[in-house]
Amino acid sequence: MDRTILHVDINGCYASIECLYRPEIRDKPVAVGGDVEARHGIILAKNELAKKYGVKTGEAIWQAKLKCPNLITVPPRFPLYLRFSKLARAIFRQYSDRVEPFGIDEAWIDITGCSDRTGYEVADEIRRRVFSELGVTVSVGVSFNKIFAKLGSDYKKPDAVTLFTRDNFRSKVWPLPVQSLLYVGPATTRKLSALGITTIGEIAQAPVELLEHKLGKWGYVISSFANGRDSTPVALYDSESIIKSIGNSTTTPRDLTCDADACIVFYMLCESVASRLREQGLMACGVQISLRDSTLYTFERQASLPSPSSISSDLHFAAMSLLKEHYVWQKPLRSVGIRAIDLIPASSPLQTTLFEPPQRRVKREKLELAIDEIRNRFGHYAINRAITALDPSLTNINPKEDHVIHPTGFFKAI
Amino acid sequence: MSNSIKAYVTVGAVFSAEGNLTPKYIIWEDGRQFEIDRIIDVRRAASLKAGGAGIRYTIRIGGTETFLFLEDTRWFVERRVS
Repeated sequence: MDRTILHVDINGCYASIECLYRPEIRDKPVAVGGDVEARHGIILAKNELAKKYGVKTGEAIWQAKLKCPNLITVPPRFPLYLRFSKLARAIFRQYSDRVEPFGIDEAWIDITGCSDRTGYEVADEIRRRVFSELGVTVSVGVSFNKIFAKLGSDYKKPDAVTLFTRDNFRSKVWPLPVQSLLYVGPATTRKLSALGITTIGEIAQAPVELLEHKLGKWGYVISSFANGRDSTPVALYDSESIIKSIGNSTTTPRDLTCDADACIVFYMLCESVASRLREQGLMACGVQISLRDSTLYTFERQASLPSPSSISSDLHFAAMSLLKEHYVWQKPLRSVGIRAIDLIPASSPLQTTLFEPPQRRVKREKLELAIDEIRNRFGHYAINRAITALDPSLTNINPKEDHVIHPTGFFKAI
Repeated sequence: MSNSIKAYVTVGAVFSAEGNLTPKYIIWEDGRQFEIDRIIDVRRAASLKAGGAGIRYTIRIGGTETFLFLEDTRWFVERRVS
């Protein structure tokens, strides 16, 4: 039996919520943008009116204002958006226990066997309910697999339901451009275009060997997607995905110009990452840093830790060693990040090192746990490393609580 | 044209032993108190007029039906302004 899968997308999520809360700007072009002063000045979301002017998510606010001089930009309020995201998921869960969020504003719902009604009817009810209960519009795609369901929610926006069936997908999905397909990005689009392939239908009909030859295993994957052969399940709600890494990055309020600057920011980030490792009961066996210079050139470097750790000073030492080894400060840095990788359970047995008595390590661990507790009770800024007082302009961030979940990979459900 | 704005209000409410929450009266900004005669409907709803979303109580006060919203931990009404 075919599955019935819905994909729900909250239209212009952040901007729609801001427009709901500010009736006075609802009929004007509105975009939610990061803080220009803190150099996070890009468009995060826009409403339908701003979209008509060609305002795009991800572009700089000044670029958007060239296209739309009377664009109203408002700062983001992530806690509010997370609340809406939770409320929307609570509605979805009334239809199925298989609800898989994809970022903050999208989710798949597998309603196979959950209702006597058709997928279209259920989708339309969800669309009406979200608007009446949350005041924001959604577009819903209904299909027999996740890929086409997602295509459906993009097909007609806002406030619409699109149905792709086995009977109509050739006439409706196949004429769409290749980049509408999940996992076909700019690089793949270029390669396909070199083969004369510009539509999803052309992918579907191209010999799979040719696609595999040009694109590797992704050639096979997108060929299957284009033909509607996608059997990836919709994950059960709350099914904990296995955490592969924990990371934090930040674009600093001013460019970093020397090791001392980076040292301060890495301390902030390492504390957040280490604290989250401990929360999850994990230790890292390796550390990866990402650096972006003032010309936006970005690269990553990684190294193993001498022994697994969830202590911020260990992560910091590794991050600074990587930085010193791989960066010579020809250009200032705009953004830095650190990621704890190769995670293992904190209960794993540890090989002690010759160079540090195990008692000292236990002491350092206890010290950090005490800091966690102080912060949990009295707030993040209740206790800080003295080094962060050297330059408050760099350290006025709370990476742990400002941390927002971004869309994860599609294949995590497998 | 009449518009509405979001007016936060103080609400007196009763929590029953079963855990139900029933608003009983509203205290307006100027200190006047209005008893809620009847609760006609309770549902999750957005307020497009005032801008917000929460649990919407359709209530009757002195023969007039109106909406009272509980948004997280605060109550608000849609106050008409001309």
